[in-house]
Amino acid sequence: MAARVAAPSGGMDTALDRPTSIAIVDESPVRRAILEEGLRDAGFSNIVVIAETTGLLARLVQLDPDVVIIDLENPSRDVLEQMFQVSRLVSRPVAMFVDQSDATMIGKAIEAGVSTYVVDGLKKDRVRPILETAIARFNAFQKLRIELEETKSKLEERKLVDRAKGILMRLKAIPEDEAYALLRRTAMNENRTMGQVAQSVITAAELLK
Amino acid sequence: MTTTIRIGFIPLLDAAALICARDEGFAEAEGLALDLVREVSWANIRDKLNVGLFDAAHILTPAAIASSLGLGHVTVPMVVPANLNLNGNAITVSRQLYDQLAADADGDLTEPAVSARALKRICDRRRAAGEAPPTFAKTFPFSMHHYHLRIWMKSGGVNPEEDVRLVVIPPPLMARSLESGHIDGFCVGAPWNALTVAGGGAVVLHLGTQIVSDCPEKALGVLSAYGERHPPIVAALVRALVQAGRWCTEPANRPLLSRHMARADVLGVSPQVLETILAGTLPLGGRAPGSPTRDYIRFDPAALRPEAAQADFLFDQMVDAGQTPDDAGRRRAARKVLATDLFDAACGDVGGSVAAPRLLA
Repeated sequence: MAARVAAPSGGMDTALDRPTSIAIVDESPVRRAILEEGLRDAGFSNIVVIAETTGLLARLVQLDPDVVIIDLENPSRDVLEQMFQVSRLVSRPVAMFVDQSDATMIGKAIEAGVSTYVVDGLKKDRVRPILETAIARFNAFQKLRIELEETKSKLEERKLVDRAKGILMRLKAIPEDEAYALLRRTAMNENRTMGQVAQSVITAAELLK
Repeated sequence: MTTTIRIGFIPLLDAAALICARDEGFAEAEGLALDLVREVSWANIRDKLNVGLFDAAHILTPAAIASSLGLGHVTVPMVVPANLNLNGNAITVSRQLYDQLAADADGDLTEPAVSARALKRICDRRRAAGEAPPTFAKTFPFSMHHYHLRIWMKSGGVNPEEDVRLVVIPPPLMARSLESGHIDGFCVGAPWNALTVAGGGAVVLHLGTQIVSDCPEKALGVLSAYGERHPPIVAALVRALVQAGRWCTEPANRPLLSRHMARADVLGVSPQVLETILAGTLPLGGRAPGSPTRDYIRFDPAALRPEAAQADFLFDQMVDAGQTPDDAGRRRAARKVLATDLFDAACGDVGGSVAAPRLLA
């Protein structure tokens, strides 16, 4: 697994002698599954996934995790901001976001679309593998999503080309291969995609109906 | 040559000057192309500024100060060369709490001190009965929403630390949280109060303008590093915003302004409700509407000038909320964030200035 990150002591926080507990807050089922798997591969076993964000703070206070991982598309990120302040609501405040001095790490996390909150008492070297895993897994998910969108748009384009081909065959009384060649030639001449040319043919045919 | 600036914004009516600077051509006239990126949380705004994914952003004015001072979180030094608006908030409560407040009121419930005293009685009764305290939501710890709630509560003797629970909830989840009973009320900006009362289960209790006059709300936060590298660009942006603000203030432009803001890629709401908000005649949820509220939300050029008195006022609120010690050095740093000098250098005299924010409750 490319995203695998070494966790020297198997995710155990030696100082506290208990497994580091991690809460994942993410409304995307696929992404949170990818992240959870990555963290388990890296040796972290104490993971809770939260999909429902109503009453989020109360839930987190009750779970009392060492680390909270949340995606940047989640408006409930602001809910976590109040964990930075000691109050009756929060017994164990968040000590840091990620290490402030590690600007590259923060940048990578934000660009990947993930944010990590670390609760007071967790050692710095325990945080790094968690964050690295989260960044790698979020990037992997992003790549998957882009691939999926590309596949979808290719499928869309093929559907358009098929329809345009049919229109040309009917109107110009030409065989299929000739209709296809005509679309391709036009696309090349006009420096447009086959999908765009096909769309124009369909639009024109609609208008001329 | 056109310079592109990447600016984050949250879908709220008070992003109007930014949206109109782009859509009405004021930015283009200054040689700027605004790449406006919609965001879902104030934390994202701050963090994307921090790592340089945004050059500037629509930001809660107290959050611009807090981030520059490093309060509560990472330090993100920024300057505010222009406000984006004044006022615009309101406190909305569930119909159930509204009815209880009405039953406990010792006077005119539209007076903030009256409703706050009624809230105090409800808090005391709930405590005596061993029940959970009333819960109110704000949208961010460093926000006027938070301070409006505190100022209002204290005007009736409610102790925000002891008598109630104050939590953060993102605006899109406010209505649901109110319905489910997770919260009893909230303070939020436009258009969320109007949208929530339209659902029927809530009442706008007080407009922000009944609690604080000429109240700072959102600002243009510019990453300090960006501002230092590009003073002419920042000045051009401020001029474009002032032009846009002037345009937004003109009553004749309200229908078009509402359409710009209503678009799916901006707020994605009905333009009609935005028009009522801009006119200060927003629906209040069943209680008798008062006369149109002048200044419910202000975009005029004088309102866009950041003032030291506004920084002082916000710093006082942060001290009161226990978010920072009252320290002269920090207070000076807060004043430096609201960069009156940058605004004046860009625009000169825009005609008039606003008074210092004043507690009305």
